[in-house]
Amino acid sequence: MIHKFYLNSFYIITDINSGSVFSVDPCAYQIVDYIKTPMTEACPSDIIGALKDNYTVEEIKETYDELYSLYCNDSLFSEDSYELLAGRLGPGPIKSMCLNVAHDCNMSCGYCFASQGNFGQDRSLMSVETGIAAIDFLMKHSGKRRNLEVDFFGGEPLMNIEVVKKIVSYARSIEDANNKCFRFTITTNGLLLNDEIAGFINDEMSNVVLSIDGRKEVNDALRTRVDGRGSHDSILPKFQNLVSKRDDKEYYARGTYTKYNLDFSEDVLHLFHHGFDQISIEPAITDGTMDYSLTPSDLPRIFEEYEKLAKIIIDIKKRGEQINFFHFMLDLEQGPCVFKRLRGCSCGNEYVAVTPDGDVYPCHQFVGNDDWIMGNVIQGKLNSEIKEKFSKATVFDKECCNDCWAKFYCSGGCNANNYTYNGSILSPHHFSCEIEKKRLECAIMMKVALAE
Amino acid sequence: MKHIKIINKPNLKKSAQTGGCGECQASCQSACKTSCTVANQKCEK
Ligand code: SF4
Ligand code: SF4
Ligand code: SF4
Repeated sequence: MIHKFYLNSFYIITDINSGSVFSVDPCAYQIVDYIKTPMTEACPSDIIGALKDNYTVEEIKETYDELYSLYCNDSLFSEDSYELLAGRLGPGPIKSMCLNVAHDCNMSCGYCFASQGNFGQDRSLMSVETGIAAIDFLMKHSGKRRNLEVDFFGGEPLMNIEVVKKIVSYARSIEDANNKCFRFTITTNGLLLNDEIAGFINDEMSNVVLSIDGRKEVNDALRTRVDGRGSHDSILPKFQNLVSKRDDKEYYARGTYTKYNLDFSEDVLHLFHHGFDQISIEPAITDGTMDYSLTPSDLPRIFEEYEKLAKIIIDIKKRGEQINFFHFMLDLEQGPCVFKRLRGCSCGNEYVAVTPDGDVYPCHQFVGNDDWIMGNVIQGKLNSEIKEKFSKATVFDKECCNDCWAKFYCSGGCNANNYTYNGSILSPHHFSCEIEKKRLECAIMMKVALAE
Repeated sequence: MKHIKIINKPNLKKSAQTGGCGECQASCQSACKTSCTVANQKCEK
């Protein structure tokens, strides 16, 4: 399977099964439409016939020969040999855990998937005992995996920062003896950040996600405090302060776009101009019924905006400045192996979320729906049936993914969105698919542009 | 080649032989997390 697209004056062909990417001229771009496999060594006469009005016969033959040589070394029209692997994928050890340390929040963002922090449950904070039980549970189910990730999430995790510190110190105290290496991350809305907490985060967290939507008016329209006031002016300097002391450690200034800011490249630039060079702005996925909801009719505008943003980022990079937009980051060479690509996030299998009560869910987005409780860290229980089900949710098992050119880049999308909006973890959420594919095309195009 | 520039060489099939160790980070792709295109994940090998 190949996928070809024309973007920013580049003609691009990707070969799905081999992972190859080519920048081609218009002649090659057209010829591939006529190629049937297995390819023959000599250029078929129907190809010459179809294109001879546009190119010389010599040109067509020469281009065909180049394509044929790529075909011969399995770089083009490469056969799918992966389906067998999918059958070999089963439940694996748990290596990542989202700890919902606070089912409570000091903000009241309009688009919050966690229903203003409490996930539709009682407002509550995780106790140290539950946190420690969660770390023990993770260790116990992690098998031989050495690298273990723990993400402090909420609600707003800084509302329970003392417990976060105790959990971190407990995990650190047992990692060496057990030959494990914990990587902590945290996501925060920033309101409670101060120098002391920022210092702790910079010391202990390998990544920190700083939630801010961009321009003041955009941020303050939906990222509101409980009393309705905006948050931009309070959080921006706190985030700048944290990032300025973070050295080379990872962080993301992470925002959300909605129908209110379809010009979200401006928000990326706002963050960039305020000193952030690691930026992520992502669509709010909803059921489409809110004023701010993105709907399929917004897609052309969204695509246009991604293209604009891609060009802006190319310009910035060509000037020698540093900027990373999360969804345009693509590692073509050293990216993950195909096993990883078949299953994506691995929620419910290698990744789970834990609530303040110690209940285990497949991931943070399933929290609050009792049907998906798959265990409890205090009781030490884990439902292997649910785990098995998620371990088998590969791109080969999902409707439409197998025929989708993006399958090894996207890995089947978000199971939680699939379930919430299409009723099954195996039914991709088409709106998200369209956005994902556009971002991938932009990301691949940027590789081509920056290789110029 | 005159008409084609290789941006990325075939590398996926090779990874089917060498990969699968599972040491890499989980990669949530949803908007609420360090949402990520899987293909950008770092391989730990
Ligand atoms: S660390 Fe690399 S080889 Fe191992 S599973 Fe992850 S992507 Fe595959
Ligand atoms: S874009 Fe959609 S159909 Fe394609 S692989 Fe991703 S989830 Fe599956
Ligand atoms: S199901 Fe969606 S929200 Fe949950 S971990 Fe996977 S990508 Fe993230």
